[in-house]
Formats: sequence, C-alpha cells, structure tokens
Amino acid sequence: MADYSWPAPENRDHLGSRLLRLDGPVKVTGAAEYSLDVKRRGMLYARLLRCPHAHARITRIDVSAAEAMPGVKAVKVIQNVGAEIKWALDEVAVVAADSEERAGDALRGIEVDYEVLPHFVTERELDKAPESTPAQEAVEGDPDAAMAAAQVRVKGDYGLAGIAHCCLEPHGSVSDWDDPENLTVWMSTQSVSGIPGQIAEQVGVPAANVRTICQHMGGGFGSKFSPDRWGILCAELARTTSRPVKLFLERGPEVAVAGGRPSAYATVEVGAAKDGTVTAWSSRSWGSGGPGGSGSPPLPYVFKFENQRQQHVSVPANIGPSRAWRAPNHPQACLITMSALEDLAAELRMDPVALFLKNIDKTGPRAQTYREELQKGAELIGWQQTWHPRGEGRGPIRSGLGLSLHTWGGRGHQSNCELVVFPDGLVEARLGSQDLGVGTRTVIAIVVAETFGIGIDSVKVSIGDSRYPASGASGGSTTVGGVSAATRRAAVDAREQLFERIAPHLEATPDSLVAEDGKVFVKDDPTRSLTWAQATSRLGVTPITAAGKNPGPGKLTDSGVGGVQMADVSVDTETGIVKINRLVAVQDCGLVINVRTAESQVYGALIMGVCYALTEEKIFDPTTGRPLNADMEFYKLAGISDIGELIVHMMTGPGYDERGVIGLGEPPVISPGAAISNAVANAIGVRVPELPLTPDRVLAALEKGGRG
Amino acid sequence: MESDGKKPGRGSGWSRRDFLQGSAAGALATGLVADGLTTEAEAASGGLVGPDPLPMSFRINGRAHTATLEPRVTLLDALRNHLDLTGAKKVCDRATCGACTVIVDGKPAYACSMLAIEAQGSDIQTIEGLGTPDNLHPLQAAFVENDAQQCGFCTPGFVMACKAFVDAHPNPSPQDVAEGLGGNLCRCGTYMGIRNAVKAVAGKGA
Repeated sequence: MADYSWPAPENRDHLGSRLLRLDGPVKVTGAAEYSLDVKRRGMLYARLLRCPHAHARITRIDVSAAEAMPGVKAVKVIQNVGAEIKWALDEVAVVAADSEERAGDALRGIEVDYEVLPHFVTERELDKAPESTPAQEAVEGDPDAAMAAAQVRVKGDYGLAGIAHCCLEPHGSVSDWDDPENLTVWMSTQSVSGIPGQIAEQVGVPAANVRTICQHMGGGFGSKFSPDRWGILCAELARTTSRPVKLFLERGPEVAVAGGRPSAYATVEVGAAKDGTVTAWSSRSWGSGGPGGSGSPPLPYVFKFENQRQQHVSVPANIGPSRAWRAPNHPQACLITMSALEDLAAELRMDPVALFLKNIDKTGPRAQTYREELQKGAELIGWQQTWHPRGEGRGPIRSGLGLSLHTWGGRGHQSNCELVVFPDGLVEARLGSQDLGVGTRTVIAIVVAETFGIGIDSVKVSIGDSRYPASGASGGSTTVGGVSAATRRAAVDAREQLFERIAPHLEATPDSLVAEDGKVFVKDDPTRSLTWAQATSRLGVTPITAAGKNPGPGKLTDSGVGGVQMADVSVDTETGIVKINRLVAVQDCGLVINVRTAESQVYGALIMGVCYALTEEKIFDPTTGRPLNADMEFYKLAGISDIGELIVHMMTGPGYDERGVIGLGEPPVISPGAAISNAVANAIGVRVPELPLTPDRVLAALEKGGRG
Repeated sequence: MESDGKKPGRGSGWSRRDFLQGSAAGALATGLVADGLTTEAEAASGGLVGPDPLPMSFRINGRAHTATLEPRVTLLDALRNHLDLTGAKKVCDRATCGACTVIVDGKPAYACSMLAIEAQGSDIQTIEGLGTPDNLHPLQAAFVENDAQQCGFCTPGFVMACKAFVDAHPNPSPQDVAEGLGGNLCRCGTYMGIRNAVKAVAGKGA
C-alpha cells in the first residue's frame, strides 16, 4: 500500500511554512464574494416580522394590508393563531418585496395580536426559575469523606453570562430556482456539503437537485450548521414568486436569536492537602441556553480527581436558543475550574504555577505537554520575575498575573477530495469544504504542493460548492485535519498514477521515482529527470484523477491537545476598569501545516476571549423579557485598543509533529476568560465571581472583599 | 473614537440636518410638498423630495454613476444593492462597526449612516477603487503580508479606515493607531495583523 504519512521534517518544502493566506488579495480588495454580496437578476428582498414578547401566544394575525402594499410579491405567515412563542424576536411572518426598503415597509402592514404570557430570562437567580431539570450527578470515589478529611477546603461561586456569536456576516441566503426542480442556494454556512440535504427535505425535491455555494463566509463560530427556518423560507419564497430571493438577518436578530453560548454558574468546593495536592472536588452548576436549558460543563475541567462530585441543573429560559459556540461547554468549565484552583492556591499562599504542577499528573495523557507549556508560558510572560502573592499590589492601579489550562479533541472530520493532475501541470483539489477564515484553501494547497514537490502557484483549490466531493461541516476544530488528510491521500494516489505513466519515459520503475523541487526523477540517479511540466505533458490530453478520503489509511491525524494561557492585567481599583497588558498563549496542535495562519487563529481566539472576559454579555430586561443590547453599540466587542500585547507560541517539533494534524479552532478560545479572571483576582486580592469583568462587577467585588 | 472625525460627511446640500430644519419650518411648507418636488435640482435648492425614487448621480472612485433611488436609501445600500459595489459590508447598520467604511471627500465615513442623496456631489472612494488582487495598494499588500484578515468580512472597511488614517497620520504612534482605528470592529480577532500592517506602511506615503 502507498505510504500516505507526512514527509519527515528534513524533506518538507511547504509543510510547516509561513505561507501567506492565498485568498488574502481578494479579501483586502473587496473582490471576495460573500453570500451577502450575491445579487441575481430580478432578485427580491425578504424581511422577517418578529415577536416583541419573550413569551406569548398569537391570538390574531392579519397580513392583508401588507399584501396590498407596493412592491410586495409575497407574504407568508410562519407562526399562526394559537402558536406559542418562547423567546423575543422569534419569527412570525415573512415578506418578500422588490426592494429591501419596501420589504421593511410591508412588515409594518402586518397586524398581530398576542396574549402575553409569563416569562423568565434571569437564570442567574436559580431559585426564581419556574422550572429546571433535576440535577444530573456524576460521582467518582467518595467526595464527602475526602472533603471532610481535607486539610484545606476552599469554596467559591463562579459564572459567565450568556453571549452571542455576533458573526459579522449575518445568517441568511440567496435562493434561485434554475427550474421548478432545481435550486441553487448561496448561503453563509459552515456546512456546504450538509446544507442541500437539509433544504431538500423541507422543500420536497431530491437533495441532488439542491446546490449550495459559499465561496467566502463572514464568520460562523459554531452558529451556521443549519439552513435554519429562514433558509427554508427563502427557498420557498423563491419558488412561490418565481424570482430569486435574498433573506439575511438584520443585526438585532443576528445577535438575539442566531447565536448564543449558554450561561453557566457554579458553586464549587475544593479540598486539598497543605502541599497543594487536590484531594476532593464538589461542584453544583446551572445555566441556560434558552428554552432547551444548557448542556453540562465538563467539571472539573482538564483535571480528574480521585474523589469528585459534579451536579448540573439545566434551566429553560425565554431567550433565543443557544448554538454551538466555539468549544461548546469548555470555556464555562474552564472558568469555573481554573478559578477554583487559583483560589485554592491563594488560600495556601502558593504560586498557582506550583499548585498546577503539583497536580499535573491528574490531567491524564497530556501531562507532559502541560508541563512543557507551563514552563514556556512562564518564561514568555516572566512569571517568576513578576508574580506576587494575591492582593499584594499597592496603590490604586494594581497588576496581577493569572493562568489557565485547557484541552480539546480536534480529530479530522470525514472528508473527500478529488484531485486532478492536468497535462498542463496544474493540480486541482476539489472538496465540498468551506473556509471560515481559518485558511482552509491555503492548507489544502500546501498539502498538494508538498506531495508533488511543486510550487503553490501550480495548485488550484476548489471548495465552497456542494458539487464537489462531500466534506464535513466545519465544527469542533475538525476541518484542517479532515481536508489535509483527504487531500494527502488523493495526492499520493495521483502521484503514483503519474509515476506509472511516466516511468517508461525515464526507463525506470514507478517506485523508483520521486517528485521534488519541480521535477520528477529517479531517486538513485537524479540525472534521469523530467521537469514537472515535461512530466505532466506526457499525460497527453487526459488528466489523472484520484480520490482520497478521511478517515483512511496511514497516520495523518490525531486527537487531543493541551494549551496554557497566562494573563497580565492592571486593574484600576477606583474605577473598576480592567486593562489587558499582555496575554500569552502556548498551544500544541500536532503537526502545524501553516504556522502563519495557525498563529493568526490563536491571536484571534485570544481576542475573542478578551471580549467575553471583559465586555461581552447578552442583557435582558427582566420586566419585559426583551434583549436590551441586540445591536453592536451595547453588545460590546473589544476594539483594537482593548487587547494589550498578545504573544503566541506554537509547540512544534519532536513530540508534537509526529502526532499528525490536530484541529486548532477551539482550544485557544477556552482559557482567556479564566486566565484573565485569575489575573484580576491576583491583582486586587478578591475574586470577581462572574464574567464579563465589567467595572461594576469589579467594584462590587472590591466592596464586598475589602480593599486591603 | 472621535479623534479621527469619522462621521457622515456633508453632501450635495441635502442632509439629515437640513431635513430636520425643514421639518422645523413646519406646516408652512406643506403646500409646496404636495406638488411632488422630485428633481435633484429642486432637492439641492432645499425643496422636499420623495418618497418616490428620483435620479441621483454619484462620483465614485473617479467615475460617474447614476441610479434612481428613494431618498431614504443609505449610501451603503445604494452601493451594494444598486451600484454593484459590494466591498463595503453591511454589518451593524448603525455606525458602530465600521465594516461599511468608505472615504467621502477625504474623510472616512460610515456608509450605513449617510443617505445616498446627501453623498451626491462628494468624491466617494470605496475599496474597489484602491487596488485589485493583481495590483494591490501598498496598504492592501501590507494587510496580506501581515495576515490581517481571517473571515475577511471586516477587512474592506478596515482597509479604508486605515487608508484614511494613514493619510492623515503618516507617522502614527501605537497610541494613535489604537485611537484612530477604534471605529472598526473585527470578530475573528485580526487586530494584531492590522496593527502590524499599519506599522509597515507608516511613513511610506501609503
């Protein structure tokens, strides 16, 4: 069988390089076409009418006035009389008109009466919840006895508010029926290959008749796997009007209902020996991600203690339903666990690096990785020189250091690649995958160029179209592993075919040939050689094609990473404002295909982490149940001045490279909240229990904890 | 972040302020409104127009463009829905995120918060007029070289904001960059690359 494994480090031309993102030039010039940019001849614009109430029943709906308005081509009731609405801004009706403005006008022509029902949007106050699931419990060992016997016990409350995905390109699509049986959909999606089946079922045509295109997409972060109700409506409106229809969400609903990471709150007790060895864990957590409640955060996080109890209560609330948000449940579990352990270290007057190292074997198979990453992180942030025991800062502005560990799986998903070697020397890789901003095209091109020993210029990457071989959805850090492995297998097989075809021209056997440096030559006699162009021209007029898939033979991918982050912050104890000085991320992800885009992804994760650590929060009015900041003025993302200095170190080389490719999207976004919260506690001497660490929360914690 | 003066510019003599002043003049003008004053010249002279579409003309990237638009159409929607210039992105639609940034008479402006009708007579520069994928403007090249984009949706707006900023501040300090580019937001987190891109072109007359 062919050897699919990655080339040894000394034989790599492109793998592990710092190649510039191939789609950079089209992105910086505005030439990249996003689904939101698609315009079709005669296209209608659709807008959705939304319920203003968090919980209500529709008692009357009248669309007749809207139907009679100028430019209106279709009005459709989505939820009719009797329907129970369970969150504010849920969809009630949709209008398609010949301009965006007229569609908006028509919404005002729809009359809806509601019976307003009681709502609940403040799951922070668990005792006020009208309903909650019985606590799920997981127990190891004897946590009660171990806690009672512990030399030291520390108790704390921790939590994070629910946040939004807030993708800059909103959810939505353009639908155009080529004929009554065939539909083309340009959708902002993380699942190009998965969308046709989901739409086809709803509109009653075979999946083969639905084509999805997404050449570029403006952010997903876990919120764009489904066509959603509005994607189906768009296709239906296009069919009923016989016109192309564009339906994208406005910013308000994009923030309020098209994304959401569940909140999480917990009371934790940790028992330990005086030397810092943790002997017992007990946590009771709860949270909500909308009517469906919330998933259980994996507590304790990263560490597994001999005696531990975890209880979780899922709380339904009248807020827009949550979606997978980059590393689902992990940032919550991380904040809760790492805060509790840092509080233990503070109680023991111990350096948290020492406390984490003391317990590092309880992290399981990645213990050595964490050791190395803790050492590297400490070196980069100057931990030994600058760390001080909690609360020993003086003066109104106090600085502190904090740290956190995280983990993720990230095994490559199912993926198929069709690889074509053209006689003119161009090699094309076709995959029904998508680029969320990771640099998927660039990664695929590197794998192809490496396998054939050719330049990146000789590679064409075709993705973003469901007509290409199916590739998995981009979620859970699975894309780079999936597409790189599928592409590698296809490319190795195509190379073998090429060798068979040209071996006679070099009077050699196929297995004696190698492709390197733009040439194909006999390994033991490099003078018997063809340039790449000469070699492929020997194919005549018919290209070589090969198919590769993942999973498949050969060890190309793996699963399971560590990661350490450290934060250096300053806190103004008079205003409560937290300022990021430096964030350090030390991250492993096996074999790094493109160091530049990998680093970019980690920088981005740190920045996203600063957002949810300091400013980002969905706020609801308890009285009306409505979202108060479904916009970008008051739903706060960090700006360029808010992030401090970021330092990223990728763990590569022996011990990492040979594991193969592992995904990177999720892990680095898990720790920033915990590392920043720990740094703030270290600075001001008290724990600010909940994220985001807004000035009011910081001042309240100082007030409660004293300013000593 | 007001330091860079990013605000809707004044256009052809028809602005929201004029509209408010006109409204303040109140009922006295009602008789005139009913006559259906819809021409551009009349609009410029202070008469009320709309709600029906009326012909408008624009100077964009040095070229003349015309469109027949309702007076309420924003410059951003005019560019994207009517003039096939989709580089400027519609994100917050509320002058917060900067994804729609264009340069109007030399100053950065949020195209979402300026009416197309008031942009007439102004010199409008959009991302499409800066460089092409095969012939990048130095600032665009610096964005590519510093990987200052991930999903890329905020990127055209950021490039235009940076262009206006660097033109006005040829040798910015890091503090200048932090303040001057505070009017644009990125979700993927590309600020490190953007800082480095601006640093790379600073002082080179980009």
